[in-house]
Amino acid sequence: MSNKLNHSMSLAKPDALDISNKQKVALSAGVIGLFILALALFNTNFPNKAVFLTLSLGLIIGGIVVYSREAYLSKLEGIKNDGVWFKSISSRGVWGWIVGVILTTFYIVLYFFPKYLGLGVDGAENTGLISLFDPLSHLLSGRNASQWFVYGTLYTVAILAFGYKFILKYRHNRYQQLRTVSVMFFQLGFAFLIPEFMYVMNNDLPYYDLKSIWPLNYYIFDEWSVNGFLSNGNIGIALLIFGVLSIFVFTPILTYKYGKRWYCSWVCGCGGLAETAGDSFRQLSSKKMSAWKLERWLIHTVLVFSIVMTAAMVYSYLGYDKNDFWLTRGVFISLVIGFLTLVFAAVMLFKRHELGKDAKYGAIGFFIVIALLLIMHYTGTTDHLFYIKAGALRSAYGIYIGSIFSGVIGTGFYPILGNRSWCRFGCPMAAILGFQQRMFSKFRITTNGGQCISCGNCSNSCEMGIDVRHYAQKGENIVRSSCVGCGICSAVCPRGVLKLENDTMKGRINPTEILLGNDVDLMDLVNQK
Amino acid sequence: MEHIVIIGNGISGVTLARHIRKLSDKKITIVSVEADYFFSRTALMYVYMGHMKFEHTQPYENWFWKKNRIELKKGYVKQVETETKTLHFAEGDTLQYDKLIIATGSKPNKFGWPGQDLNGVMGMYHKQDLETLETHAPNKDVCKRAVIVGGGLIGIELAEMLNSRSIPVTFLVREDSFWNGVLPQGESEMINRHIKNHHIDLRLSTNLKAINSDENGNVKSVIIEETGEELECNVVGLTAGVTPNIDFIKDSGIEIGRGVKVNRFLETNIPDVYAIGDCAEQHEAIGNRRPIEAVWYTGRMMGEVLAQTICGNKMEYKPGHWFNSAKFLDIEYQTYGWVFGKNGRPDYEQHFHWKHEDDTKCITVAYDKNTNQFLGINTFGIRMRHEVFDKWLTEKRDVDYVMKNLSEANFEPEFYSRFENEILQAYTNQLQTA
Ligand SMILES: Cc1cc2nc3c(=O)[nH]c(=O)nc-3n(C[C@H](O)[C@H](O)[C@H](O)COP(=O)(O)OP(=O)(O)OC[C@H]3O[C@@H](n4cnc5c(N)ncnc54)[C@H](O)[C@@H]3O)c2cc1C
Ligand code: SF4
Ligand code: SF4
Repeated sequence: MSNKLNHSMSLAKPDALDISNKQKVALSAGVIGLFILALALFNTNFPNKAVFLTLSLGLIIGGIVVYSREAYLSKLEGIKNDGVWFKSISSRGVWGWIVGVILTTFYIVLYFFPKYLGLGVDGAENTGLISLFDPLSHLLSGRNASQWFVYGTLYTVAILAFGYKFILKYRHNRYQQLRTVSVMFFQLGFAFLIPEFMYVMNNDLPYYDLKSIWPLNYYIFDEWSVNGFLSNGNIGIALLIFGVLSIFVFTPILTYKYGKRWYCSWVCGCGGLAETAGDSFRQLSSKKMSAWKLERWLIHTVLVFSIVMTAAMVYSYLGYDKNDFWLTRGVFISLVIGFLTLVFAAVMLFKRHELGKDAKYGAIGFFIVIALLLIMHYTGTTDHLFYIKAGALRSAYGIYIGSIFSGVIGTGFYPILGNRSWCRFGCPMAAILGFQQRMFSKFRITTNGGQCISCGNCSNSCEMGIDVRHYAQKGENIVRSSCVGCGICSAVCPRGVLKLENDTMKGRINPTEILLGNDVDLMDLVNQK
Repeated sequence: MEHIVIIGNGISGVTLARHIRKLSDKKITIVSVEADYFFSRTALMYVYMGHMKFEHTQPYENWFWKKNRIELKKGYVKQVETETKTLHFAEGDTLQYDKLIIATGSKPNKFGWPGQDLNGVMGMYHKQDLETLETHAPNKDVCKRAVIVGGGLIGIELAEMLNSRSIPVTFLVREDSFWNGVLPQGESEMINRHIKNHHIDLRLSTNLKAINSDENGNVKSVIIEETGEELECNVVGLTAGVTPNIDFIKDSGIEIGRGVKVNRFLETNIPDVYAIGDCAEQHEAIGNRRPIEAVWYTGRMMGEVLAQTICGNKMEYKPGHWFNSAKFLDIEYQTYGWVFGKNGRPDYEQHFHWKHEDDTKCITVAYDKNTNQFLGINTFGIRMRHEVFDKWLTEKRDVDYVMKNLSEANFEPEFYSRFENEILQAYTNQLQTA
């Protein structure tokens, strides 16, 4: 009996090559699936595209499914992080860099040179990779595939297949399972299928992923989009109203009740990809104080930029004359400034003491936005804003949010910067939700009295680079604007210290120096100060 | 400026230093031989398992020390001269102090087994032990089998570590059930089964007799006391408890027993010399606690308290209700208040035990059978809230109250299955049949 050895543990070994035979087969299947895509990319003209597309995606999905079943189901339920820092792919080793370079190149081609993927320009037939996806696109919406359709399909496949893997990995953890099912559902339904069907029903409507909310959905208020909605009668107007309500009503309410996790970890597609396909890279996000400082500068700059750009975008197609339409440039600017001032005043009035030094930075940010808006208003001409052509300004903004950050750096750099670098450093939506979460939400991560042993598993696993241990070892709740509520810190904690929960606002932030379990007099003496 | 010198950069020494810095401007120096910066000893296992890198076990970034004006000195203190208030280092230099704190932690027990100093025999305490393990057990080809001697918290961590690299493990445990000196029988037996489910060769009621070497002085095999069986292996882990690491003060005049003897103010017999953490031994144990409390939390608490004393607000070490936690492979364990296993259980202590049918979750509630007062709880596989039990213990709640309100103490992640009803049902049934 002493030699009964559990061979299934082999994945945990430092040398990643030591995987079971079944896993080798699964891996090969996945590689063949990818190879078919590569052949298509290099213009192999497959005879029956539908068959080869099915084969390719089937092999990729099947490979991932079999591989993960073998990896997780053959072991007892529990934390499965053995060897993550030994494996080349998940520890910025050679494989990590190779995958990073491939992904980044793919994004650059996708955004800037779609013709290399085979996009037929000016009405020409698709070729290459994109043409391979034509049959699926025809099936769903009756039109030829575009590069975005290819991307959307692969994206959805990744979330579904790796989502399955994630569910198995955390099969002892219902929170992880449910939220993964949720992101899989929203990706497949809301981001992928429904927009296609909406196109079938009414092909004038702009592409609208209902769950994508401004400022993440940076084009919703662009002229073509708004015109698209407005020219489509009631349904268009309803969608536009839904978009506006999402920002000003639904989002704040949900964030107040559940924290920004309701979006970032349960609904959002970027978050969905990060949590599923990106799960193996979560430990790579930097926990250094310097990274946090950079994060705060970057994300808030992005936020300022988003607000100003969106205002500029809307502004650029509004008129001067209130007889044409009540919402003139002047009215619009006043509304925006009024709203921002209201928010700013409320925060300063009620939350000043919580902010400390940050209040100053908040104030600076606020005045910069107001100044920019005023400059825009007084220097802008009909088609020039900030002395730049309005159209150029708009597309520059789109390129920033849509491609450079969320795609190229956000996903391409998964194996280098961690799986949520976009969410952390660049996403304006995360900035707004985070602001709400920090100021006005019932959500927090509660720490369990004095139980922390400072082991660092929580910080290591935090994809947002939050040094969770810093708070836990002081017995202090974690209330951070960047926390997306993925719950992994809580899952990996070996001492049961962390619990994500929604409770009252009171006592949410509880800085402590002496932890529970020590002399009560000492706790009183030091903590009451 | 008063110079505070702390020997040992573990949790107790570092907590003390941090709190002194918060309260004062004194000059602080921390001396340690083990590592340049404070790291979490409890996380060593995760480095070997590849969950983390060593740097991730350091709770503070390297700039922290300078910023807080805490000086770090690397070196081994070989002698303390209390009359002149001087430390002598093995490297030859010296250091003067005004107040000295001994926070040197523990070292693994060795019971004089033949062969205990061979290559490949190691404890699992210091960073160096981890490095030794990495050398002798990098994978299952170099280390064909490892034998672990001593069934406690560190032993099972070592077993988990080796298991993560598919190295076959034989686990020799002196007791007839895992850690049953501390754990009540039902829990201990559940853990036995869990260990075996991980394909670890658990040998209960089994002692080590000797360790044999090959021609190069490396471990070749171990001999088992009871059966005389010879087990081939390349690594032997000695994890049969720890003792205070205080050999270097033997001739200093500082009073020692097993550890550095201290009073409730954590003062030794020599003025201006204190001891905290694993190496401190109370003259008289506090409540049900042991005179030497070799756990993370108590080291931290002593650091928190002593900082007050050193900064002029003399304070007794008066810990609150006992708590602790650990993890046995995949099963988390927490304890609040007192629940005794085989050792030292008072006759008035009665237990209620509930175990889930999946054999990975259970709780044991201890209460006074005369007064019904709630004494403590052990919980396996279910997270519970420290704050709530701490409050109930202070309020001296009776066991019925605790059982009825157990859901208030639940600390499980959202959407987890809850067992309070099932537990309460079992509890009521037991009362009816009893
Ligand atoms: C593997 C492992 C897992 C553990 N898990 C848990 C757990 O889950 N929960 C829990 O409560 N406890 C746990 N413990 C126990 C806990 O880690 C200890 O109680 C705690 O670290 C003791 O802290 P300390 O500050 O007293 O001493 P230490 O952390 O031991 O620090 C003492 C330092 O002093 C240095 N030193 C010693 N002598 C000298 C000298 N002469 N000169 C210079 N430097 C010297 C040592 O090198 C060492 O760095 C665990 C221990 C181990 C080994
Ligand atoms: S909260 Fe948990 S995971 Fe984080 S350092 Fe503390 S014990 Fe470790
Ligand atoms: S703090 Fe925890 S829940 Fe929040 S993002 Fe980090 S790991 Fe996820």
